Amino acid sequence: MIEILISAGFWAAVVRIASPLIFATMGELICERAGVLNLGIEGIMVIGAFTGWMAVYQGMPLWGGVGVAMLAGMAFGLLHATLTVPFGLSQHVVGLGVTLLATSTSSFAYRLMLPEVTSPPKIEPFQPFPIPGLSQIPVLGEALFTQTPLTYAAFGLAILVAWVLFHTPLGLALRAAGENPAAVEAQGLSVTGLRMAAVIVGSGFMAVGGAFLTLSAFSSFFFEMVNGRGWICIALVVFGAWRPGKAVLGAVLFAGFDALQIRMQQTPLGAVLPYQVFLMAPYFLSILALIVMSRRAEVPAALMVPYNKGER
Amino acid sequence: MRLERITNPSLARQLGFPAAAILATILVAMALAALAGANPLATLGQIVTGALGSKLALMETLNRATPLIFTGLAVAVAFRARLWNIGAEAQFYAGAIVAAILGTGALGSPWALPVTALAAMLAGAVILLGPVLAKTRLGVDEVVTTLLLNFIMLLFVSYLLEGPLKDPMGMGWPKSAALIAEARLPRLLPGLRLHWGFGIAVLAAVAIWIIQIRTTLGFEIRAVGANPEAARFAGMPVNAVMVKTALLSGGLAALGGWSEVAGLKGHLSLDLSPGFGYTGIIVAMLALLHPLGVVVTAIFVAGIFVGSDAMSRTAGVPTYIADMLLASALLFMVLGILLTKVRVVRG
Repeated sequence: MIEILISAGFWAAVVRIASPLIFATMGELICERAGVLNLGIEGIMVIGAFTGWMAVYQGMPLWGGVGVAMLAGMAFGLLHATLTVPFGLSQHVVGLGVTLLATSTSSFAYRLMLPEVTSPPKIEPFQPFPIPGLSQIPVLGEALFTQTPLTYAAFGLAILVAWVLFHTPLGLALRAAGENPAAVEAQGLSVTGLRMAAVIVGSGFMAVGGAFLTLSAFSSFFFEMVNGRGWICIALVVFGAWRPGKAVLGAVLFAGFDALQIRMQQTPLGAVLPYQVFLMAPYFLSILALIVMSRRAEVPAALMVPYNKGER
Repeated sequence: MRLERITNPSLARQLGFPAAAILATILVAMALAALAGANPLATLGQIVTGALGSKLALMETLNRATPLIFTGLAVAVAFRARLWNIGAEAQFYAGAIVAAILGTGALGSPWALPVTALAAMLAGAVILLGPVLAKTRLGVDEVVTTLLLNFIMLLFVSYLLEGPLKDPMGMGWPKSAALIAEARLPRLLPGLRLHWGFGIAVLAAVAIWIIQIRTTLGFEIRAVGANPEAARFAGMPVNAVMVKTALLSGGLAALGGWSEVAGLKGHLSLDLSPGFGYTGIIVAMLALLHPLGVVVTAIFVAGIFVGSDAMSRTAGVPTYIADMLLASALLFMVLGILLTKVRVVRG
């Protein structure tokens, strides 16, 4: 156990596992801060994983794949936003519908484009890019500064989201749309516009989180590869009390347990306990986190409350 | 744009928009078929024939509809009280596990069937009770907890099938031993490839309908769903109603798992449910949460799955078209229903 925790390889894995979660959690956080629960996240991650991978497989550069994934995510975000914001439909129902639509669209398109394939073809994924100087630091260098560019982008995004949300007028307006939409409207700003923009952009980030799986982590696309990560990100937003910094901390903590359970399977404990117990641990941990944080959470006051001008 | 409530919508509006939603779904189906290089109209025809074209196809559709009626009812009952139970999948498997434990010889005739069914319901109810108590006692959102429990439950089933419930004669296949004859649900009619699970599902729908319109609990569930604050102000035990709703909802989903094992498959396996719990949400929403409507929409949804499977074998359009159609139908329909009640105005 101690040997695992002091190995640089373990911490490098933690940062790697946390990266897609950070992208998607930031996406969800932006949506929820503006007042929209986006349960489309699971499916949007799948469509991101698929489209990003397919674009690269068809000959696009890796960053082109990231861009395609983001656009695909934004398209489904637009669908979600249109139905939930101006039309004010149930965010639960629309979100689950979007997840099903995005997931099945990925499967349908995959089968259509690769009808005869039995084992999914591989692409050349992002390679680790050691940051000169910093990567030489013992342990820390390997864990933090010998990652793929997409991992650096994930942490960069978290800083950007935190800065925009808490240090710019746009962020203030966005948060107000999720707390007190009538006040936003009184300022002459459009709640509908802000919320739609938040959902569209947030969905784009979720899709990049999905694309991380195919472009940086696994190099192939599998139907079940997202495997509940989207739902875990929703739990991470709650765990992070709707704050980017705390949410990143939650993602790293979660990734730590995930990396640990994989390694624990090879220890003497792994010979005693069935492997399913280890695989269950991350999900139990998410539920536990929700329960622990529920008392202290400051939920955006207008989360899941549709806004219709002129109605009180 | 802004939405304006229409006080007395015209009949044309009330029928027109839902009809437009159905039409839009059909157009999506045709577009997807064309995209796959198949003849759109012929593909539609093959889906319909595949679902209803022969006695065998019809029985297949009704068999597929059976678990969907149960999970659809589970979701409809819960959503009516605004209890977002997205965990019907886990509760379904809870019932299936109980069927595999008690039905493989632990109980003999005449107890095997009724006791297994009741125990299955209890197991499903308990699975949902956790998230609901977390919601009522601690304010933990039930959407994520019920969703995550689905993944935990599937891993638990995987463990059971590789460990304690592994069929010794299974030749390495991850499945449980076969249920004894006394624990199996008989056929509805001799010579008909349809088991009693379907009959029980329809009876359950009628029972839920009666509960909803005739009992205090039904009234309380509706009141809590319509406005929990007002219900609490009126002195209703909102949390107790939530818990009762959860027991009912979890029990119904679990009954689906039991019926699938005891009526159709005869054993527990990891592929018992191709997402019946999730599809139940679509079934319930398309039925506007009406229990009798659930029976109709479950048959419709099952028909799309069975028909698409059959069509896919001949026309070469990927079978995932079924899921895309259902997702489209759901989104078009919620929008269509909304537009029967509101008008979009500028400003």
